[in-house]
This record gives sequence, C-alpha cells and structure tokens, in this order.
Amino acid sequence: MYRDQIVEALRGHEADYIEVRLEESEACIIQYRGRELEDLSRSTSLGGNVRVLAKGGWGFVSFNDLRNLGDKVGLAVKQARLVGKDVSRFAPVAQIVDSVEEVVAKDASSLALAEKKSLLDEYNEVIWSVPKIETSIIAYRDKWRRITFANSEGSYIEQKNADLSLRMVAVARDGGDVQQAGLSEGSRGDFTQIEGLHQKVRETAQRAVELLAAPQVKGGEYWVVLDPVLAGVFVHEAFGHLSEADFTYENERLREIMVLGRRFGGEHLNIVDGAAVPDLRGSYKYDDEGVPASKTYLIREGVLVGRLHSRETAAKMGEPTTGNARAVNYRYPPIVRMTNTFIEPQRASFEEMIGGIKEGIYVKNWYGGTTSMEMFTFSAGEAHMIRQGKLAELVRPVVLTGNIFTTLKNIDAIGSDLEMNQGGGCGKGGQYPLPVSNGSPHIRIQHCLVGGK
Amino acid sequence: MEEILSLARKSAQEAEVFLTSFEETPVVFEANRLKQLQTRQGILVALRIVREGRIGFSTTTSLDDRVSLVDRAIEVSQFGTPARFELPYQLTYPQVEIYDPGVETLSIEQMIDLGESLIAKVRGHTPALLCDARITKGLVSVHILNSRGGEVSYRRSFFGIGLEGNLIQDTDMLFVGDSDSSCHPIGDIDKVASSVINQLELARRQASVSSGRLPVVFTPRGVASAFIAPLALAFNGRVVWQGASPLGDKLGERVFDERLSLWDDATATYRPRSRPCDDEGVPSQSTPLIEHGVVKGFLYDLQTAGLAGVQSTGNGDRVGEGLPTPSISSLIFKAGAVSFEDMVGDLREGLVVEQLMGAGQTNVLGGEFSGNVLLGYKVEKGGIVGRVKDTVVSGNIYQVLNKLVGIGQEAAWVEGAIFTPALCCSNLTIASKG
Repeated sequence: MYRDQIVEALRGHEADYIEVRLEESEACIIQYRGRELEDLSRSTSLGGNVRVLAKGGWGFVSFNDLRNLGDKVGLAVKQARLVGKDVSRFAPVAQIVDSVEEVVAKDASSLALAEKKSLLDEYNEVIWSVPKIETSIIAYRDKWRRITFANSEGSYIEQKNADLSLRMVAVARDGGDVQQAGLSEGSRGDFTQIEGLHQKVRETAQRAVELLAAPQVKGGEYWVVLDPVLAGVFVHEAFGHLSEADFTYENERLREIMVLGRRFGGEHLNIVDGAAVPDLRGSYKYDDEGVPASKTYLIREGVLVGRLHSRETAAKMGEPTTGNARAVNYRYPPIVRMTNTFIEPQRASFEEMIGGIKEGIYVKNWYGGTTSMEMFTFSAGEAHMIRQGKLAELVRPVVLTGNIFTTLKNIDAIGSDLEMNQGGGCGKGGQYPLPVSNGSPHIRIQHCLVGGK
Repeated sequence: MEEILSLARKSAQEAEVFLTSFEETPVVFEANRLKQLQTRQGILVALRIVREGRIGFSTTTSLDDRVSLVDRAIEVSQFGTPARFELPYQLTYPQVEIYDPGVETLSIEQMIDLGESLIAKVRGHTPALLCDARITKGLVSVHILNSRGGEVSYRRSFFGIGLEGNLIQDTDMLFVGDSDSSCHPIGDIDKVASSVINQLELARRQASVSSGRLPVVFTPRGVASAFIAPLALAFNGRVVWQGASPLGDKLGERVFDERLSLWDDATATYRPRSRPCDDEGVPSQSTPLIEHGVVKGFLYDLQTAGLAGVQSTGNGDRVGEGLPTPSISSLIFKAGAVSFEDMVGDLREGLVVEQLMGAGQTNVLGGEFSGNVLLGYKVEKGGIVGRVKDTVVSGNIYQVLNKLVGIGQEAAWVEGAIFTPALCCSNLTIASKG
C-alpha cells in the first residue's frame, strides 16, 4: 500500500542499511473505577520511523506526519553518519516479500462497543456482589495495527495483528486496612478468550475480602512452590531478560559469565523462548527487523545453549539470528525482547512437591516482577502456607527475590502441567507494555528469600 | 482546531480540543561509546465532548482526521459516563517559567561532548565501569480550546542527562546511576558524575546483614523507589472518591510524622513537569498534601472534583491516549534538620537504601512496599561499611512514615518530578541471605 512511497523515499540515500516502518492502529479503552466508567475512548494513530545504520552508528527518526518521507530518511542518514566511525556488523537475512493477516475467532476490534461494555458490566457486578468489597478497578484495551516494513535490502512485509488485555482488581477494606486481589487475561485480539470468566472473577473478589483477615508472612528463606502463572513470571525475570543479547554483546565480562555451555540449573531444566510458538500474545511471523520468528532453547538440560538476538547482536556475537528485535510502537527503535517464554514440563506432581515441605509457601498469581540481571524480584498475588506437607492458611501476598547464580540451581522439582499466561506486558528501555506470554508447570524452589514482617 | 470544535458542536453541547506536539532529540551512548542519534517528532489530538450530558472521547495523530475523530467521540458518548464538570473559561493563569530558548539552540555536537565528558569523568574513577548514557533535549507545545471560549497554550523546553554504569567482577554485578533534568540546558555534568562516583566508592566493599529489624536511611533516590507509588495513589482524588485510599477519611488528621510536610507543585520554576495549566486548562497551583504530619488535601481533575463536590486542583493529566485523570506534577517534601552524615553517624547498626527494586509490585494501595536492595549499604557504628545484596526490605508507609527517626536537611530532585530529602525510618523488616 505504501510501497511506491517508500521506494521513492529511499532513492538516492546511501548507508549500510536503511529501514522504514509505517504503522496504522486503532485502539479501544474501557476503564472502570468502582461502578463509574473512568475512561472510555477510541483512538486512531498513524505514524512511522526510519532507522539507518552507517559505519556502526545508528540514526533514528520517528514521526506522525508521513509527508516528505525522503527528508526523514535523509535526516536519519545524516545522524547515523555523525555517529558511525567504525564498521557496521549486521547479520544477513534473506530478502522477504510477504503479507500476513491474522484471523481470530471473535475479533474484538470489530465488535460493537455495547457488547464489550456489557461483558465488563457483568464482571463488575460479580465483584460488587461479593460482600465487604469496597470497590473495583477494571482496565480493558484492544488494539489492532497494520505495520508496513521495508528495507534497503529489498524486503517488504505487511503484518496486521491485534492484541487484547484485561485486568480486573477487587478492593476490600476494613478501616485503614486496604487489600486487593487481581486477575489478568489477554489474547491476540480474540474476545472469546475473555468471556466466561465470571467464576474466576468471583473467586478473585472473595480472596480480596479473605486477605483482610490473613496474617503476614515472617520474612526469611523458605521452600516455595510456584503455580504456573507465577513460575512464568519467574522464568521471564530470572532468566529471560539475561538471555537478551543486547545486555551481553558489548559487555566482555558478561559474555564470560553468559558463555554457552555454562550450567545454570539441574538436568530437568529446559527454558524456551519463541515467537514461532503459535497463537500466543508474543507470537508473530516476522520481527520488527523483518527476521523470521524462531523457537530458541535458552537452557537445555540445565546448560546455557542459546540467547535472543537482533541482527546487530547476532552479528557481533557470531550466533544465528532468532527474530527477537521488537518495538512497542513506531516511536521507538526495535530492541531485543522476549516473546513467549516458558519452562518445559517434567513429571513431578503437585502432591510430591508440597509433600516434602515442613514449613513453606505456595505462591500463586502475580503482581509483577523486575530484574537487574544478577538479582531479580517476582511478587505473588496470592500465597498460602504449606505446613507438614499440606496446604494451610491464606497469607498476605509476598515479594520473592532471587539471584541468577543460585536460584535456578535451587529448582528441585518441575511439574507436568505447563500453562501459558497471557495477562502480562513487558517493559524495557521505556518501551511498555509489550505483549508477551510466559508460562511453566508448577515448580519448587529451595531456599527462596521472601520479604515479610 | 477551530474546525474540529465547530464540527463537534453540531452534535454536542460542549466540546474541548486538546493538541500537543513534541520533538525530542536523544543522544544515546552504549557501552561507553556514542551509539545512536534520534529525532522523535509527534502529535496527539484529543477531542472530549459532552452530548446529552454524557462524555465522549477520541484521539488521533492528525489534524486532518476531523470527521472520524468527531464520529468516534459521538459513538463513545452513547455509553459515556455523565459529565460532572463545566469546561474552564475566562481564567487567569500563573506565570510559570518553563521555556529556555537555549535548549533549542544547543547543538548535537555539544550534547555529544557532554555525554563523552560525563562517561570519561566517571570512568576516570573506575576504568572498568561500562556506561550507558543518554543526553536528551526536547520541546513540547500544548494548545487547549473549548466551546465555552476557554483557550490556553504554552510551550516547554526539556533537557535531561542520565548515566547507568555496570561493573562485573566474577559473578558479582554492581549497577550504579543517576540523572538530572531541567527546562534549562544542563552544562554541568559534575552533579551526576559525583553522585555515581560516590555510589562506586560506597559499594567498593561488600557487607552482610542478618534477617531482623533495623533502622533504614532512604536516600532521595531510595525514597522515590519505595514510598512514591503508595503516596501517589493515596492522594489521588479518584482513588479517594472511590473509597480505596487509606487516607480518604483522614483529612485534617495527623497520620504522618509531625515533621513531615509534602505538597504537589506544578508551578516550580524550570521543572520538566511544571506548566501554567493542566491538560484540561485548569490553572496550575501548589497543593498541600501533608502539613506537619496532618493530611491536608488530595489531587483532583475536573470530573473527579465534580463527583466529589470539590474544586479541581489542576492535576488533570492525559496519560497516553486516555481521558484526563488526577496525576502528580512535582511532589515536594520539606527538608528537615539532620545532615546525611549525622543521620548515618547516629546508627549503631542499620542500612542505607539507594534503590529498592520491585518495591511497588505489591499491595501499594494498602501502603505496602517490599523490594530487593538493588543498591544499598550496611551501617555499623555510625559508618558505612559496604554494599549489601540478596536482601529484602519491607514495610507499610502508614507505619514507617508515622514516626521517623530523622529528616535530612539536603533535598534533591529525583526522576525530574520528586524533590525529597533522605528519610531515616526505624524498625524496618529485613530478610537476607546474610
């Protein structure tokens, strides 16, 4: 659709590599605070960017005004030349001309506003029907976008896709004590995947009320069992980010630490990331550099075997491209990101995992997680004590923390019940929320540090 | 803009057009070297209407997209929430200094020099440090026009410098960093450089701490990482109105230490979040939130103020593509009487927290914080003895800020929006691998 315009804009400009990305999108936001609609809006956006590599230096120009595209290419070329004083290293990929349009069961972006709002009204009523609930927060967003990508190597790719996210929070209150419980879901724009959640919503609201009477855990080291949702957040924070090669490729010391072949966990531990795993929020056919998606083993049988790359990091580390360069939107250049990240299933049963624990914590669901490479945190939305091998009382949500060099080795049991969670969004370098999914079976970690009273 | 307004007025009783455009130029350094130059230009047009008493809202990125913009706002208004406000008009706005033409005339070459000298200075102290740095200049303009005849516009310049350094020894990773921002060009890199060098000095040795309860000094950056998320929610008028703020029924009551005073100020001179009016055209002001430990007020936009039966405090911000919602502008804590040296000097045993990672990923609505000490130090017999790791600090702001050990006399800007001294808190829970 924009092909001639882009070809014309690239004409006469010289650099080692030039790419143009144009992006049209439409989004719908529905937000409640309590029974009141806080936000209801429909937005459209049209914008783009030009990225140029010259002698190892990058120029980047983003804009909403698509006129004079050639001048924008010219500016980015000038910027890249001002920076570049070296040699460009950029992994070769095949020229691709393709057009990808996804079809989902029930496309949220083409649904009437009335239908979307009526489902959220139902969920809000479910929350409010639970006694002692003070208030609710519901945040729904759907967005479709059509991205046109073209580069100076002759690739031209159009991809149309959609994303949907829903977070519902129930708030209970007793005087100055405010407790909350949340539920997050998401999909590739398919509305059916957020239908029929009434029972889950009710349980979430009931948990918020129960938390008012729940005690707080004493801080310290515990054996913990993670449900698939929190274990997914754990693998994303604990190892996923460290596998993103843009942290490693120009850091000699980190390259020594993250050398392929190094052991990080037991032989039962396999960690995978891949946008080629279909139908998840982090799935796609081509990344934002036009590189075909793949499925990459990061850890196989406990040993580091791969990492996630952009074309630049792959070239500089002499490793194959993986198709992990992503931009949250046209205002940002693509950087190395995760897609769908998970721990592969093994055979341990849940009963076996909790059976061996005298005093520990069963942690479920998530509030969030963050990492600084060596140390990371991941926080549970729900927690129960484990006493004498059995599930015991509900306790208040906890923040757990780990260290990359010990915590993965402390995973001593991995279950068989892999589930992927679609409810999160990932942030890095100011680019948030990027659609990702992550997952795991139940896992057990020995000696995990837990914050508390 | 006038055309959008008159088109909207054909179907709606009230209408407001908000237009913002920006251009920013980040100079990006990676692994000690200049890596990328960026120019980011953008525009957002937002239309809010009141039709049959209900709010409709839509946005676009082009002024030419008029018909679709109005149609979408009308569609949304069928389901919209009833409007509880009158659009502002005939107002006088405070003179807020937020534009310095020096930002526009500053050259890219000067920004590159600034980044290079910042990295060189920090690496002069620790040659093995690997630095990422970013020097950014920007210009934002805002224009608001409404059907009552209200109109206001302003432009603001922005300049920021930031550095993050990373030092790896065997399997030990240290992350240091700081940033500075203003509406003026910042020519002096010494503030950021000396702060980072100080962190490197203090983290040179390692120390251990055992699980238990200890006093903790939060540096200005530590305060921002642990306390701001729960405070910003608790003072948000919308959260108060919906009954979810623990402070909602505490107006006029003493909840915090009586030496603690906090206000929100959108008029602070040459601060990157200051402006003459908010994103609804309501004049900016300074709003007291805590005075001597007593809860004094909350932050409101027009709609929330209408629901709550109070006046907007000029805190209606548009975040992304959404409707205006109450947001902090610059949060300012009153400085205290204790020097940082004395604060630390008075501790027999304790911690200094420079950054608490993940602290806000818990029940912040209830005032809780719990995070990993990403950068922090052990204090023994009044002196910092080294860096602690694998340590979690937890607490609840309604207990922790109720009785402070001391408030620092030197306050500093953090993240461009928070002006705070160091706070010394007693008896926080520490969980550590030791």
